[in-house]
Amino acid sequence: MDEQRYHLAQFNIGRILAPTDSPQLADFMALLEPINQLADASPGFVWRLQTADGDATALRPYADDRMLINMSVWESLEAMRNFVYSSRHLDPLRRRREWFERMTDHILVLWWVSAGHIPTVDEAKERLELLRRDGPGPEAFTFKEPYPDPRTLAGSERSLRG
Amino acid sequence: MERGIAAIGLLHEPVRRALYRYVAAQAHEVSRNEAAQALGIQRGLAAFHLDKLVEAGLLEVASHRRLGGRSGPGAGRPAKLYRRSATEHELTLPPRRYETAAHLLAEVVEASGTDLALYAAAKRHGEALGREATAGNPAASEADAEAVLAERGYEPYREGATLRLRNCPFHSLSSEFPALVCGMNLALLEGLLRQLGPAGAELVARMVPRPGECCVALSPSKTSRN
Repeated sequence: MDEQRYHLAQFNIGRILAPTDSPQLADFMALLEPINQLADASPGFVWRLQTADGDATALRPYADDRMLINMSVWESLEAMRNFVYSSRHLDPLRRRREWFERMTDHILVLWWVSAGHIPTVDEAKERLELLRRDGPGPEAFTFKEPYPDPRTLAGSERSLRG
Repeated sequence: MERGIAAIGLLHEPVRRALYRYVAAQAHEVSRNEAAQALGIQRGLAAFHLDKLVEAGLLEVASHRRLGGRSGPGAGRPAKLYRRSATEHELTLPPRRYETAAHLLAEVVEASGTDLALYAAAKRHGEALGREATAGNPAASEADAEAVLAERGYEPYREGATLRLRNCPFHSLSSEFPALVCGMNLALLEGLLRQLGPAGAELVARMVPRPGECCVALSPSKTSRN
């Protein structure tokens, strides 16, 4: 019996409407610390991408220097969803259009990683590309269209065959 | 439609309506004994009507629990506990499908990134509701604020100095578009408070999500503490 366990990785991008040190972004920047602290203390939180500043806003892995990124790992979809949509994180989330441009394509991707694996930014960018190219699938999906982790998927295939 | 009529017809009976209201207003699951005591009726009568409400899909049986912690032989039958059903009953005559229209509109607002225009409209709507509620009563009290919220289906209850809202009037929409619809609701409540006179000025609407409830709570503003 394969006892491999999986965690859920999340990567999202957002193009800011003004520089991070501008008055327009001031509330967003001020909310980073308390909201990140809330994430760190949330049930099922595993890891998040951060620099010495304690957040990921200094990173610019895209050519576009207004493109911010964020990445985290959670024990389950439920744990991540609870933090994103049912905690105080909902408050900055509902204000997203004050700070970030609307983008027509996917800006957030989810995928399963082996428990203990810390995804790299390159890996994350590839997953987002995959989602944008092929739409949601087991390798790259969204909150609206989630896929079960590989172990659950294998289990349900076994029971279908059985 | 037929199911909606049957469910609503069932609430015509005063005891059943009172039982439904009692169970819906509790934060916990309700036993037959508790319901009977609350209404001052026989336990058997309460059980009969509670089960009728379950049949109609208005309440659901939450669990069978042995009250008092006893178990094993001699503990008696486990108690049936009731709570409000998650099923939504809607009856509009003639038939209308506003829910479908709302979901389509929300999808487009989200896709077009026009959240802030929606919040502005929601704020204006809230202000209009507030003006309507306080018309001819410039000294609206906090009890008046609570009555307006109850009237709008929020089912407010007190938790210390904070007014929490037990029901989300936009439940299916806010489940599908949480950021957008909870943002809209917050703006609506901010607008409402702004027009509620002194009662409104003493409260501030904040986004403090809690599972199964409205994501907004109204807590005392700093200025009202002195």
